[in-house]
Amino acid sequence: MDLSYGKEYEEFRQEVRGFLASNWPVEGDLSREEARSRFRERAVEAGYLARSIPRKYGGSEQPADEMRATIVREEFAGARAPGDVRGIGTMMLVPTLLEKGEEWQKEKFVPPTVRGDIIWCQGYSEPGSGSDLASLMTRGELDGDEWVINGQKIWTTGAHRADYMFCLCRTEPDAPKHAGISYLLIPMKQPGIEVSPLRQMTGGSDFNQVFLTDARTPKDWIVGKRGEGWIVSRTTLKHERNSIGAAAQSVATFTGLLQLAKSTQRNGRPAIEDPEIRQRLAALEGFVRAHEYSGYRQLTANAQGKSPGVLQTMNKLISTNIGHEVANIALDLLDDEGLLDPLADRELGRIPRGSRAWISQYMYSLGIAVAGGTANIQRNVIGERGLGLPRDAYAQKSK
Amino acid sequence: MNFDLSEEQRLLQQTVAQFLEKECPPSVVREIFEGDTGFDPALWKGMVELGIGGLHISESYGGAGLEVIDLALAAETLGYAAAPGPFLGHALASLAIQLGGSDEQKKNWLPRLAAGDAIGTIALGETDGAWQPEQWTANANDKLTGRKQYVPYANLAEVIVVGVAGGGLVLVERSAAGVEVSPFGGVDRSRRLDTLDFDGVAFEPLPEGRAVASRVRDAGLVLIAADAFAAGSRLVDMSVEYAKTREQFGVTIGHFQALKHQLANMAVEIEPARALFWYAAHAFDHIPGEAERAAAIAKAHCTDGAMRVARSAVEAHGGIGFTWECDVQIWFKRALFDRAFLGLPSFHRERAAQLAGW
Repeated sequence: MDLSYGKEYEEFRQEVRGFLASNWPVEGDLSREEARSRFRERAVEAGYLARSIPRKYGGSEQPADEMRATIVREEFAGARAPGDVRGIGTMMLVPTLLEKGEEWQKEKFVPPTVRGDIIWCQGYSEPGSGSDLASLMTRGELDGDEWVINGQKIWTTGAHRADYMFCLCRTEPDAPKHAGISYLLIPMKQPGIEVSPLRQMTGGSDFNQVFLTDARTPKDWIVGKRGEGWIVSRTTLKHERNSIGAAAQSVATFTGLLQLAKSTQRNGRPAIEDPEIRQRLAALEGFVRAHEYSGYRQLTANAQGKSPGVLQTMNKLISTNIGHEVANIALDLLDDEGLLDPLADRELGRIPRGSRAWISQYMYSLGIAVAGGTANIQRNVIGERGLGLPRDAYAQKSK
Repeated sequence: MNFDLSEEQRLLQQTVAQFLEKECPPSVVREIFEGDTGFDPALWKGMVELGIGGLHISESYGGAGLEVIDLALAAETLGYAAAPGPFLGHALASLAIQLGGSDEQKKNWLPRLAAGDAIGTIALGETDGAWQPEQWTANANDKLTGRKQYVPYANLAEVIVVGVAGGGLVLVERSAAGVEVSPFGGVDRSRRLDTLDFDGVAFEPLPEGRAVASRVRDAGLVLIAADAFAAGSRLVDMSVEYAKTREQFGVTIGHFQALKHQLANMAVEIEPARALFWYAAHAFDHIPGEAERAAAIAKAHCTDGAMRVARSAVEAHGGIGFTWECDVQIWFKRALFDRAFLGLPSFHRERAAQLAGW
């Protein structure tokens, strides 16, 4: 065991720091967006960003090396420099196109997505198709040179900002469930698409309903063949890999909670001196550190091209569990301030205070528990893929 | 960055695991568990021949010259098999002598402990949860007088490392005049405990005893954390196996989400804790500034988690899980031992809070 990165990687870290010192912030009279995009160009040129993307599609085409990727993330974050463009486009669509797309599709869509010039949303869930996604009903029918799409998508993050949607549609209504689905790319700015925001319990609006009424997209904007959409959408999943990202988030939230415990009073002294609060914080820290160090295990395994085993099915549920406990402790620390409405500040035109942000976190932690596969679905995945238990009898029947 | 075991460490675990699968399957564990002494000399001899007795003892004294991480990995493998015997006390006694003994003491004891010619144990606990160096009251001014409790296999030990008032450590031979050993009747019958009464007993202080006592305690916390992880992990495996074979309503019960989710929760409770005991062991060996706190957190977290998993494992087995015949009880009781031995989780959490300056 060696928790340092070793000589080769520390040299690489110095190189990254040198690059940041001379390139960020960008000099000259530029808008924030211009500065960020200028910086990203240089960082791609230098081989630090878009590492897994071929040069001809706007990436820096570096050999897979998760240690280097982690060092870049750490150093860029430390310098508050822009990292890889984040979002569903770079996370899911780009890897899918690179593996399953036509050459022209890669050339047309990958470079602007990697630069952040175009934004994507994901059209998967429907009102009647959540955990049982493959039951989706949105229809795609060919009409001459175009697909005509009718149906409804829901929980569509960022649909109101997106330029395109990658969408699962039923194009082969007579085929068995999974084999009737195709993976279509659809322009969002057209008359057949209506985006309607969903308001969350926190008051904010991050996702939407999308109504598709005779929406149109060209015939060849399909990834994979007709009826292969389900398989195409699955290929994306194995590209998601940032071994310590989820754990770093847990550590950051825990650090914030400690700060709250130090700055709030309980029984006439700082809450962190209260025996009950200390016990709960120390118990929570056990889970947080276990998550953090398990991240090191996964990073090591991935860097060596080995499987981290059952752990890799657990990250989301671990984060969810930690988020719940952070929320519970925070609410007790807030005491009477738990009566505050986090929205009131906005409505009263005041700057939100820390307490209100924690009440938002109390609710947001439930969003994390549900988004991208509910905690109970995660438990199915852990049970079935991780522990080798048999698939649920009903899920098998509906195939 | 390499947070993984070395090839040698994997080989060590494999070798010990293979030996135990053959020589110490659950049927053998149960025989010893139900027996009078909780000890099988032939099994212990076999383990010692694999090097278990002296992993961390310097090569110049006949050991393997390895680190606490290796000792913890051995503890994990032994714990997974619930291997009965004096490993815990033996390892900590020899570590204490190695770290705090004089050359003479090392020369006298370490080669024999490494070779298994003598068994050692360590007496840390006293009444009312007084496990820590600053809490010890056994009087060692001229002769040793006082009571130590929860001492692993004191009846078998030739040499006993005793924690004394002032936080130091002394060596006592069990055969010395004034030493009285009585069985404690512990819940974990695969790791027997004794009570020791000293009445004017001759002793030798470990010259560096006071300086290393808390280090020895920390190593103990790491070994207990490793054992607790192993108990939890074994109970998850047993419960999963049961869910794959037991049938109701015409299917194996693992099909049912209620049970599947319970098993997933058990796995999520225990699997991440592996990294916690690894880290605590690694910190003991290489990150001195973090070692004490990491050991406290690992002990609290792993033993609490193992206990929660153990309770779920009984439930997951249904009625059979509650019986004496079902092997779940063996690891359930190892988890009980781990939770209490060297101090409760809440005690170590408060220490962790203080060590962080909260």
